[in-house]
Amino acid sequence: MRFVRRINFSTVMLVLGLLFLYLPMVVLVVYSFNESKLVTVWSGFSTKWYGELFRDQQILSAVWTSLKIAFFAASMAVCLGTVAAFVMTRYGHFRGKTALSSMVTAPLVMPEVITGLSLLLLFVQMAQITGWPADRGMATIWIAHTTFCSAYVAVVVAARLREVDRSIEEAAMDLGSPPLKTFFLITLPIIAPALAAGWLLAFTLSLDDLVIASFVSGPGANTLPMVVFSSVRLGVSPKINALATLIILVVSLATLLAWFFMRRSETKRKLALKQDDTA
Amino acid sequence: MKPSRSSALLKRLQLGRRAVIALPLVWLALFFLLPFALVLKISLSDAAVAIPPYGPLLEYADQTLHVFLNVGNYIFLLSDSLYIAAYWGSVKTAFISTAACLLIGYPMAYAMARAPARWQLLLLLLVMLPSWTSFLIRVYAWMGILSNSGLINNLLMGLGLIESPLRMMNTQFAVTIGIVYAYLPFMVLPLYAHLTRLDNSLLEAAADLGSRKLNTFFKVTLPLSMGGIVAGSMLVFIPAVGEFVIPELLGGPDTLMIGKVLWEEFFLNRDWPVASALAIVMLLLLLVPIVWFHRYQSRELG
Repeated sequence: MRFVRRINFSTVMLVLGLLFLYLPMVVLVVYSFNESKLVTVWSGFSTKWYGELFRDQQILSAVWTSLKIAFFAASMAVCLGTVAAFVMTRYGHFRGKTALSSMVTAPLVMPEVITGLSLLLLFVQMAQITGWPADRGMATIWIAHTTFCSAYVAVVVAARLREVDRSIEEAAMDLGSPPLKTFFLITLPIIAPALAAGWLLAFTLSLDDLVIASFVSGPGANTLPMVVFSSVRLGVSPKINALATLIILVVSLATLLAWFFMRRSETKRKLALKQDDTA
Repeated sequence: MKPSRSSALLKRLQLGRRAVIALPLVWLALFFLLPFALVLKISLSDAAVAIPPYGPLLEYADQTLHVFLNVGNYIFLLSDSLYIAAYWGSVKTAFISTAACLLIGYPMAYAMARAPARWQLLLLLLVMLPSWTSFLIRVYAWMGILSNSGLINNLLMGLGLIESPLRMMNTQFAVTIGIVYAYLPFMVLPLYAHLTRLDNSLLEAAADLGSRKLNTFFKVTLPLSMGGIVAGSMLVFIPAVGEFVIPELLGGPDTLMIGKVLWEEFFLNRDWPVASALAIVMLLLLLVPIVWFHRYQSRELG
């Protein structure tokens, strides 16, 4: 009876929704081991497409380019986004606060084609006036990614900053710690998990971006999504299935690890609370 | 501030405060606000055979300042039915996809919020995981499923249910499926965040006062989760209007969407002024949803 009551409409929808989210990915993974070049005809198990993938110099160098850009964009976005979040949550009213807070969240919803187009026009204009950037590439993609990623970082970090108990910071300040020192010794360690989450989010967003990178990149820099896109617009390719499988594998492992650590810290916290109660 | 501190220190603190505010403000003004001013400027200039391919807005010649304001690009957008059809197609597709995401996502978020506490983190990660893998590859996955020789058609023909393959690729249906699939997690996440914060005592109070489950849902739960509905819908609707990748990969000639038209105007026709005008009109179209979302978001950011 209890079991029957638990099967209700929303639970069924949750299961169906998760199936909808995962079935296409399962199909990709299965077909990446297909012998045939015709992606939809199954002709036997083979790992040959993985071999072909690792011999594809264009894809390998695009992976490296993407990783480099994502690393630097995420790092810069964490710095900028954290400062923006701190200013928005810790500073009272100041001139330009509304302007800042609208500009911080606006990139979250701006359609990518508009962001890409506008940044390209900026870089072209800058090149005309200052001579830089002479040709677009990694640097311009880095600036573009930093800009939209810091918006996501700011939202994640601001959410954490609002939960932090401010009395510790205030105590440090009362004891004579200057604001900068207070920030680095007290605030930063407390919000470190949010910074890590923001960095990872920015990293994946940068790795994933096709539209903005296509607008602001020059002939010198091809990111992975750009190479994948030019390949898949011609049709389905088993090599891309292999690449997709590897991406899904890496992300799943990272998520599994994150889940494991989050659950462990949660259990520890609960245990500590229990001990506090009994003491 | 304590009065015992010297005014020199106060000044230094003031300076430091200004520097901290200036850092994100200057970066965003330079790389977010200024670019839009440029788009507006170029949308008002003439196309030219030059590098970059547009004419100047201001020119100083014969000791007078000439201003070239060309609204021709906008008139051109209105006069060509292609662009109007593209705008309409985008808004319609985005609207249908948002509604579908809400219908699928709301029960999902509801079930997640009601699940036992130890399950919630896992369920949340399961919903978010697809959006951490590549967007492009998730859209691409549907190419192999929906095509004429794809999985669905093979399956249906293998079972003998249909004689000839159903045409699903390069249709409105494929684009809608693609958008719903790609953006569903962005609908579920804010809904879940709102539904978990829901005060259970309100639901108990409603039950105590004799309200039926469905009645409680429509009178208590739904109004209280309105913030999540707005946030989720805007997170799906706004990017869907400007979507380029999905109509390019899954759409066909009859699925006109403005993001794709803008891309082609820019990269294929190399008409930068018309592409800029398209972007400005798209932005005007999205102004209300963006302001709506922003108002909600700034309330959350506090």
